[in-house]
Amino acid sequence: MDILFLLIPLSVGLALLIIVALAWAVWRGQFDSVEAEGERILRSD
Amino acid sequence: MNEPQARTAYYHDTVVRQFSLMAVVWGVVGMLVGVIIASQLAWPELNFGIPWLSYGRLRPLHTNAVIFAFGGCGLFATSYYVVQRTCSVPLFAPKLAAFTFWGWQLVIVAAAISLPLGYTSGKEYAELEWPIDILITLVWVSYAIVFFGTIGIRKVRHIYVANWFFGAFILAIALLHVVNSAEVPYSWMKSYSAYAGVQDAMIQWWYGHNAVGFFLTTGFLGMMYYFIPKQAERPVYSYRLSIVHFWALIFTYMWAGPHHLHYTALPDWTQSVGMVFSLILLAPSWGGMINGIMTLSGAWHKLRDDPILRFMIVSLSFYGMSTFEGPMMSIKTVNALSHYTDWTVGHVHSGALGWVGLITMGSLYYLIPRMFGQKKMYSVKAIEVHFWTATIGIVFYIAAMWIAGVMQGLMWRALNADGTLTYTFVESVKATYPFYVVRVLGGLLYLFGMTVMAWNTWMTVANGRSVTVAVPAPQAA
Repeated sequence: MDILFLLIPLSVGLALLIIVALAWAVWRGQFDSVEAEGERILRSD
Repeated sequence: MNEPQARTAYYHDTVVRQFSLMAVVWGVVGMLVGVIIASQLAWPELNFGIPWLSYGRLRPLHTNAVIFAFGGCGLFATSYYVVQRTCSVPLFAPKLAAFTFWGWQLVIVAAAISLPLGYTSGKEYAELEWPIDILITLVWVSYAIVFFGTIGIRKVRHIYVANWFFGAFILAIALLHVVNSAEVPYSWMKSYSAYAGVQDAMIQWWYGHNAVGFFLTTGFLGMMYYFIPKQAERPVYSYRLSIVHFWALIFTYMWAGPHHLHYTALPDWTQSVGMVFSLILLAPSWGGMINGIMTLSGAWHKLRDDPILRFMIVSLSFYGMSTFEGPMMSIKTVNALSHYTDWTVGHVHSGALGWVGLITMGSLYYLIPRMFGQKKMYSVKAIEVHFWTATIGIVFYIAAMWIAGVMQGLMWRALNADGTLTYTFVESVKATYPFYVVRVLGGLLYLFGMTVMAWNTWMTVANGRSVTVAVPAPQAA
């Protein structure tokens, strides 16, 4: 099962990437006033 | 729709129109091939002794056509529409977007020719040979550039949750396709996988399950989070929950693949990891399902006379059902009964026909009239007919496969007192015959609904004209 030496680092790398993306989104204030954002799409087209 | 503002920027909707219409066309084609092969399973003579029509060649044609042609075109169309509307900008690199359309159609045509001719790499849901794989990669990278480029030039600071789902789908499919399709070319239409034996199997199902997770789930959840609120005219029930849904789902999905390889040469612990993560997946899946359905809270009456909304809400019910069934089937003891039986086929189709199919159709019914300057589809009655034939078709299909699957599992494991098998394999095939016939009936109903949609789309387009929509001035946050 040498393939796990590829798949596990790949998946761990991906998981780290997900954490980085989440951190970016949080620090950039993407989730600051979330409920208002849900309403926005109804106002424009 | 707002009044066009004094700006000169217009949304790039040509590519949205093209992909929407082709989604309908490929839907009819892919489902027709599905009905043909379902009939072949009941009546094998229907291949007429012609190799191009044999089950083994048409089956990958069916899966490729419905997943990548119908579903793929639907995802391209809706993601291009949603990302422009929610970011308040036209598409980034519109020429590249046009290339994704023509390139993707070329991939589909190449599949439709090469698969019946017998060219296949033999990897499920990734059968296409290496030159086509390279074309897919080019189209997909262009797709990523257009989509993320549009996010990059957005005029609205917040990235709407649907875009997160679409974005994850695009990135994950790029990675999965490149890793799984790594192959050594032998000639123009023959290659060998870069991996061998159980290694290849593990890569294949890491790909296969994530294709379900990121293509057939995440992508269509992007659709769900935009088009359900729009059609219901209500915001997502809990925007906060949608964010938790997204991060939990993408984090959990990629570990679940080994459940496709229970009781194989895969190490036991890897199988167990796959099972545990599959069970965990139930939580984010149901969180999202409940979030989508509850979007209608306080507006349930809309379901009574809006067939489009009914498509969307019933699709979520099937999503909830199949994401409950999936984790249950991944439990090793359940899997010992269900694996290799038609139960799996039923499970896949409750997800594919129920969730993916219905949410795509609902979203297209929202999108197509707007793309052609109409308020609604040519015939609302026809949407109603489509909804009921499709829903009844699905019920026939999955109920037949549940019964067939459990019966097969029980027959295969039945032992006589002396330890010999009670039934031969062919006896289980014979016992399945009536259920195969019922499945054909279910498939026919579903296909009929799709042809009604094609007619309705034709009439809508014939009575409308392509409209250019100006980008409204950005609103204050």
